[in-house]
Amino acid sequence: MIDKRVDTLEAALDGFGDGASVLVNGFGGAGVPFALIKAIENSSATDLTLILNSARFVDGFAPRIFADRRVSKIICTAARSRGPDTANYEQQWLDGYLEIEMVPQGTFAERIRAGGAGIPAFFTPTGAGTELGDGKEVREYDGKHCVLEHAIIADFAIMRAARADRWGNVRFRGAQGNFGLAMAMAAGTTIVETDDPGDDPIPPEDIHIPGIYVDRVLKHEDMSPANAGGI
Amino acid sequence: MQPLTRHQIAWRAAQDLLEGSYVNLGLGLPVLVANYKPDDRDLMFHSENGIVGVGPLASENEEDPDFVDAGSQKITLSLGAALFDSTQAFAMIRGGHLDVTLLGGFEVSQTGDLANWDAKMTHKGQLVGGAMDLVTGAKNVRVTMQHTTKTGAPRLVERCSYPLTGVGTVDRIYTDLAVVDVTSDGFLVREMIAELSRDALQEKSGATLAFAKDCTTLDAPKL
Repeated sequence: MIDKRVDTLEAALDGFGDGASVLVNGFGGAGVPFALIKAIENSSATDLTLILNSARFVDGFAPRIFADRRVSKIICTAARSRGPDTANYEQQWLDGYLEIEMVPQGTFAERIRAGGAGIPAFFTPTGAGTELGDGKEVREYDGKHCVLEHAIIADFAIMRAARADRWGNVRFRGAQGNFGLAMAMAAGTTIVETDDPGDDPIPPEDIHIPGIYVDRVLKHEDMSPANAGGI
Repeated sequence: MQPLTRHQIAWRAAQDLLEGSYVNLGLGLPVLVANYKPDDRDLMFHSENGIVGVGPLASENEEDPDFVDAGSQKITLSLGAALFDSTQAFAMIRGGHLDVTLLGGFEVSQTGDLANWDAKMTHKGQLVGGAMDLVTGAKNVRVTMQHTTKTGAPRLVERCSYPLTGVGTVDRIYTDLAVVDVTSDGFLVREMIAELSRDALQEKSGATLAFAKDCTTLDAPKL
């Protein structure tokens, strides 16, 4: 019987360790897997690659991941902390310890989607003629300069959703979805935390992520702080 | 007329949004534009985290952490709204389905280059977000900004000094002093505030300004 539900954070993160790359869903606090992020903070895994929209919410919620220098690379669209101070991860980047690959957000989403869809690379006009297009192969299509962008895949993807069933099918609520579907497609192991891993299947036409992309479903209370969007 | 306030710039930009258009509003001044939507116009606001149909900000008892815009603000949805994932949000942008994008800017060049993402801060990380996709993909790219920096340096320039967001992409600029189109011949002033001479506006600009034959007074209600 297919049952992707796991009971503990340990089981959810089985196999997660040094050198892992992880796609982290979330935008403005919505869809962020705070329980799994906390569990990663509490693990000893080091030399991690984080692939996420913004580094800020991980730093705000689980600061030891950066403070203990356990991240060696971030691929993201935003790596600026709030306020005038320099955050730990910004300082590590300025010092040359932490590599940050800055990616335009649409290219970020599409590189992940491509990774999950078996498309190794694609040309896009976004970023052509800018610093973020520097060093990339350029071709002209319909008079527009386009840069070659490569797919992103990772060892793990983690996300929070309103609902998941034992087959791994996922239903989001509001703006939780953001990068979730693309990330689930692009990961070796996809883990979804939810309040509601019920016995009943999600109606097939209501599914946002087909369970074929999902490996583990963890029932866990939402650990998002009150100001989740503000961290 | 004094230079426009931020809210008056937003009001002016709102007047140009046509009935039925799909519009993305950037962080900062552009999101204020939604407050000044003319009552007779049905507009759909797009947010790159996966929403078409962003409504007014949520009141305290309406706040729901699953309903946020790309600026992490708690929002409501308008009638006819749709929710989708980020790849769709950017397919709409890159695929040319969005009528207008309104963004803030540091500088716009006379050939329509925009610099708005990297202020070269020495002690902070970078942040690009969706700006490069928006300026590349939207049918019409409009920028709101002050006409000059706090120290009086021009923001309308021959060539941008800050890193570019997009090349040759800006169509119209709304500043506190003027409404300026970017044409194949450079900057064309459409409207400017009263009691400012053309020479004075030119002096505050870093590239040659042309003035439209029907150049009119830029005016906005007290807000």
